[in-house]
Amino acid sequence: MFDRDRWEEIFQTIAKNRLRTFLSGFTVALGIFIFVILFGLGNGLKNTFQEFFLDDATNIIRLYPGNTSKPYKGYKTGRNIQFTNEDVEAIEKAFPQYVDYLTVRIYRNGEVRYGTHSNSYSVRGTSPEHLFAENTIIMKGRYLNYSDIANAEKHAVIGRLVEKDLFEEEDAIGKYIRIRGSTFKVIGVFQDQAGDNEERNIYAPYSTVQLLDGGHEYVDQIIVAFKPTLSYGTVLMFAEELNKYMRERLIIHPDDNGGIYLRNVAKDYQQNQQFATVLQIIVSFVGLGTLIAGIIGISNIMVFVIKERTKELGIRKALGATPSSIIGMVLQESILITIVSGYLGLMAGVGVLSWVGDTLKPYFIRNPEIDLGTALGATIILIICGGIAGYIPARRAAKIKPIVALRDE
Amino acid sequence: MISLSNIYKSYQTGQSTLQVLKGIDLEIAQGEMVAIMGSSGSGKSTLLNILGILDEADQGKYVLDNTLIENLSERKAALYRNRFLGFIFQSFNLINYKTALENVAMPLYYQGLPRKERIEKANYYLEKVGLADWATHLPGELSGGQKQRVAIARALAADPKVLLADEPTGALDSATSYEVMELVRKINEEGKTILIVTHENDIAQMCKRLVHLKDGVIIEDKLVQSQSPKEYV
Ligand SMILES: Nc1ncnc2c1ncn2[C@@H]1O[C@H](COP(=O)(O)OP(=O)(O)OP(=O)(O)O)[C@@H](O)[C@H]1O
Ligand SMILES: [Mg+2]
Repeated sequence: MFDRDRWEEIFQTIAKNRLRTFLSGFTVALGIFIFVILFGLGNGLKNTFQEFFLDDATNIIRLYPGNTSKPYKGYKTGRNIQFTNEDVEAIEKAFPQYVDYLTVRIYRNGEVRYGTHSNSYSVRGTSPEHLFAENTIIMKGRYLNYSDIANAEKHAVIGRLVEKDLFEEEDAIGKYIRIRGSTFKVIGVFQDQAGDNEERNIYAPYSTVQLLDGGHEYVDQIIVAFKPTLSYGTVLMFAEELNKYMRERLIIHPDDNGGIYLRNVAKDYQQNQQFATVLQIIVSFVGLGTLIAGIIGISNIMVFVIKERTKELGIRKALGATPSSIIGMVLQESILITIVSGYLGLMAGVGVLSWVGDTLKPYFIRNPEIDLGTALGATIILIICGGIAGYIPARRAAKIKPIVALRDE
Repeated sequence: MISLSNIYKSYQTGQSTLQVLKGIDLEIAQGEMVAIMGSSGSGKSTLLNILGILDEADQGKYVLDNTLIENLSERKAALYRNRFLGFIFQSFNLINYKTALENVAMPLYYQGLPRKERIEKANYYLEKVGLADWATHLPGELSGGQKQRVAIARALAADPKVLLADEPTGALDSATSYEVMELVRKINEEGKTILIVTHENDIAQMCKRLVHLKDGVIIEDKLVQSQSPKEYV
């Protein structure tokens, strides 16, 4: 294997038989290249997908009020249901064993102004716990706290893009902005993984929003975070009980499709995880398929290479080459070519992936990448298979009687 | 040097069996130069291939330089070919991507000689066949006669006991043939045992002994008054 003469012989055959070298090298390089690209794009698809769902916390049940569609206990159909602060407290008291935390949302869209800049943003009245439900990341300053809620402070936490729009290069912290005609102090700037839309929101204490609206106690959405340790079955049961509890409390028919809506993020998440698994399987299959195509390609080329060399091998045998030296020479050559071209294909694939980067984001492919282990594993498999593919015809060629090989034209 | 007794060889083609050699007995001593003649299909090449351990006899005994050639593994056969035998083919059988020098050095590579020694020896034999200036040329750049001389240098390089040539002049015009034969005779005069298969009478007349094959048996085995190729030119 480390015989210098053998290597010289191999380098010479490689250098003098360019087409052959190119053909086998190209097949391997292309196989690995396509494998890396497809696998990377598949991973990109998965990344996009996971980002959609891993953005928010997944131990969440959302409750929305609506209009009833059934008469019940003396109430007419079409009644407008509204949630209040009391409902939130009641849920907390009723399900202490399940509830991790609770938070609310009040939606208000409106004109927001700073100096000469103004724009329309969605303002969410909420509580400190909302930070966890939304996976909000504070870039600077702070998020809402309990004293903000208790004192109905006119404090605002603004999205990164709100700061960019209104403040340009200026630092927003401590500055005053006008929201729907009232002056708020900016206490924090946040980021959100979900991207641009989420970063054009403004969070304010729900109590402040209620106060400015004239002192009501309504909320537009209740977010119930259950304890993350609960089993999936328990979560489904809890969601069921919560639904029943709220319908009793707000006097809504148990079978009414309207009145109250409940969205169990955990359930969505479960389904999405299954979808992600399916996606992973598809990606793996595509990768495997490419690899098999590559192996078949290199096998064919090895058969062709040996066929082409039959006469040469016959001459070598007549001159005293042993069968093992013939096999060794052919194999060492093919392994050298596969290693070098496999490496080139790998590098090219990884290069293209990193060059593509996030430019395919509009096509739901984000950060296409392949982990080094998978890529190297695929390359090694192809090298080994190339070796086996070379070994079989090489052994056959080594076994042919020299006169038969010499007769080959 | 060579002793064949009762050699049989047949080829299986489809259903039928073609009996090619039907009991060959032949003794060849060190330093002989033997021409094997016979009409096409008489089994000359078959006999030479058996002598060259490129093929095996079905039956009979073959002793080469006091070594019984029998049931050899491929490895052993390769070793014996490398040590004992030098081949010269009608179609030269040079490796076309290797230079004349590299072709001549090939058997030395399989003898495991170090590179420097290989080059030295190969150069020596190329010079011996008068092609020192063509060492770096590829076979494609050489004439037929030159190619055959490279092949002769290659056959000599490993310093074998016996040179086996199957129609070495078959692809050459007569003037070139005589040049090649002149070279072969010179090598024989230095003591090498040589067997030449040919169907050309003039070539056979340049050897020292003539074995005539017909239908798989030797019908004639005689010494000839060896003529120098120069007398033909
Ligand atoms: N591998 C083989 N398979 C089947 N038949 C063969 C094989 N090799 C040779 N023969 C047959 O054996 C016979 C002898 O062949 P051989 O090559 O020894 O003849 P030859 O005397 O060298 O003839 P030529 O002067 O044409 O070269 C021929 O009839 C040939 O067709
Ligand atoms: Mg013949």
